[in-house]
Amino acid sequence: MQTELIREARRQAEICNACRYCEGYCSVFPSLHAERAFSDGDITQLANLCHNCRGCYYACQYTAPHEFDLNLPKALAEVRRDNWESFAWPQPLARRFHTHGGAIALALVIGFALLLGAIRAIGSSGDEGFYAVLSHNAMVVIFAPAFLLPLFSIAISLRHYWAKVDGEPIQMSDLMAAFKHAGKMQDLAAGHGEGCNFEDEDRFSQGRRQIHHAIMYGFLLCFASTSVATVMHYVFGMHAPYGFWSLPKVFGISGGILLTVGCGAMALLKLKSDRELGDPSAWGADIGFILLLGFVGLSGLVLYALSSTALMPALLAIHLGSVLTFFLLMPYTKMAHGFYRLAALVRDAQRKRDVFLVR
Amino acid sequence: MATQAEAYDIAVIGGGNAALCAAMTAAEAGARVLILETAPKPYRGGNSRHTRNFRCMHTGPLGPLVEEYSEDEYLSDLLKVTGGKTDEHLARLAIRTSEECLPWMEEHGVRFQPSLSGTLSLARTNAFFMGGGKSLVNAYYRTAAGLGIDVRYEAAVTHLELNGDQIEWVDFTYEGQEHRITPKAVIVASGGFQADTDWLTRAWGEPAKNFRIRGTPYNRGVVLADLLDQGIERVGDPTQCHAVAIDGRAPKFDGGIVTRLDCVPFSIVVNKNAERFYDEGEDVWPKRYAIWGRLVAAQPDQVGYVLIDAKSLNLFMPSVFPPLKANTLEELAGMMDLPADKLTATVAEFNAACGDTSGFHPTELDGVMTTGLTPPKTNWARPITEPPFYGYSLRTGVTFTYLGLKVDDAAQCSTRDGKIKNLWAAGETMAGSILGQGYLAGFGMTIGTVFGRIAGREAAAYAN
Repeated sequence: MQTELIREARRQAEICNACRYCEGYCSVFPSLHAERAFSDGDITQLANLCHNCRGCYYACQYTAPHEFDLNLPKALAEVRRDNWESFAWPQPLARRFHTHGGAIALALVIGFALLLGAIRAIGSSGDEGFYAVLSHNAMVVIFAPAFLLPLFSIAISLRHYWAKVDGEPIQMSDLMAAFKHAGKMQDLAAGHGEGCNFEDEDRFSQGRRQIHHAIMYGFLLCFASTSVATVMHYVFGMHAPYGFWSLPKVFGISGGILLTVGCGAMALLKLKSDRELGDPSAWGADIGFILLLGFVGLSGLVLYALSSTALMPALLAIHLGSVLTFFLLMPYTKMAHGFYRLAALVRDAQRKRDVFLVR
Repeated sequence: MATQAEAYDIAVIGGGNAALCAAMTAAEAGARVLILETAPKPYRGGNSRHTRNFRCMHTGPLGPLVEEYSEDEYLSDLLKVTGGKTDEHLARLAIRTSEECLPWMEEHGVRFQPSLSGTLSLARTNAFFMGGGKSLVNAYYRTAAGLGIDVRYEAAVTHLELNGDQIEWVDFTYEGQEHRITPKAVIVASGGFQADTDWLTRAWGEPAKNFRIRGTPYNRGVVLADLLDQGIERVGDPTQCHAVAIDGRAPKFDGGIVTRLDCVPFSIVVNKNAERFYDEGEDVWPKRYAIWGRLVAAQPDQVGYVLIDAKSLNLFMPSVFPPLKANTLEELAGMMDLPADKLTATVAEFNAACGDTSGFHPTELDGVMTTGLTPPKTNWARPITEPPFYGYSLRTGVTFTYLGLKVDDAAQCSTRDGKIKNLWAAGETMAGSILGQGYLAGFGMTIGTVFGRIAGREAAAYAN
């Protein structure tokens, strides 16, 4: 890990700890105020608890031009990105995407090419619908590892994280607390529930929280769509294509719309925000990731809308290519944040539990 | 000299809490208001940027405040710290009105949070702003903009022309040009003069040069001096101020909350001759922090040195600068430039005067005291024996000065001949009307909010 990023975050955290005015905003400050000195692991944990809502920056009396020059959202964002790169596995891929939007675009093109190649090379043996273009078995052969390998990689990264932050054995209550927190995106709401300071300086707005909800729940609905379809296929022998009112379609279409609209809105919101309050070096790649995710949603919707036209095979290749790219890049792009945030919230739930026990 | 095209009913001088409360109240009453803030936008808000809470009377649970805090208890807390040097009529007005201010503040965008960790003793009396004073200031500027109030940053008021019983015009510089406006009414809310070191030195003598200014460097008392020179009624002694003992390494200006040191009750404090000079354990820190600024100011070179040992290190809030640390007292004396033999003697004498420490309790008056020592330490007196030893230097940190404009219960200013019909004052610039000496945590914001709203209401009534 980069020691100068940690050192700068520690310098700022020590000033915050002597002030404490921001205690009510989010999960970071109560956790910060519980310490008197900050190990690298403490800084790592604080960085991953931070959701970059920026409330503390605009409330801070010590931001530049003050000589203390506080910008905690930026300091923690930089540590966070460095964490994700340092914990990622395998390392040769770790630093390729977080700061390189172009690499994400290139990976997408390769994803298209792989799918087109697969369709050409494997094709189908005469099923109906999408399976007429690429057989179900071929899809499974491609996507099962493309899904499981990144999850395996993320599991390894999270183990690195857990060791760094001195995580304890996880209890059900820790998970419940973390999911509850994440489900409401409480750390994008500020303590008073009025949202964050993102698109218009110190104005509180629910914009980012609602848009993030759209993306997160849109993604989860799409994921649910695929999962339900898998169960229907293997358990109940019900094969695609499914009707409009089937669960896979209902989840998929609503999720696709939320994902597409959410990602578009998030990109616009990021354009309005001050890049210097995040990790400036990751800005382009974050936008690249958001557009990739949005493209997964959009291409899925277009594929559905035009599935009975001659464009379908090409659209299928494009959609599946983007899905493939998205999954494979999961451990090395902004997508990793969801896993780390959740881990940080689980660790924070443990901290609160320990404090409670001590008292 | 350029003139201002727009016609304003009211000019508010200053851009902190009192100014904003006045401006919003006046605008809501229909007045066209201009705020002239001398600081640039990042430093707007005066000392309010550094505040964190609002001391508030309440007859039952109110917002973040628990239980009750009655008018009489509030007043008695105030009288204790001011030694009776309080205008009781104005104090009661501020206290009584504070209760209705809290919901008003919320309506105007302020959000509160539970009492901060390390400040539990204030949970009943002081409502903490979520995010601190700067977030309050931000919220008020947003609300003010919504009310159509115009704000000029880096607009330095140089002169108010007093003619008989009214202010005729206001001169200020803005964007390199001199401007003159003729509002119907003027509200002065531009703070004390503490950032003008020359003025402070005239009042205090040479010691003032060693003082730190905890808040904004923009409160230089320009408008205050201009008005006092024209014979406006004054109040307060120029050496009286809200001053605390802060870390000697604090910046000259604007160090704010993080430079405070809360370790005095668990320490011994010596001067540059390594002699103790005051009872460090007289009372809980929130009730004593405000006297230590003056105590340190009275010592040679206006400096003090706090000493603790390892067992006390985690009993107080951390401050921004780490303490000096040494394994022996001699070594620590060397680091702090104190006479080592004298320091060890002082510590030995103190240690010998300590008695049974089994009743030690860090958060309440525990009566663990010295015997036969002058000055005594009457609580938390535990011998300084356990290495490593830690030390901080202490300097006087001035928050705001009390010499100011004398106002009545309508926040109106006057001359010897009577009221000035279109001049009101609010906030630190008139706080001396209530605070003769001493300070009560969170009371500055109470004065600013209460008198800001009164000034806004009265000025708008006059202008309309």
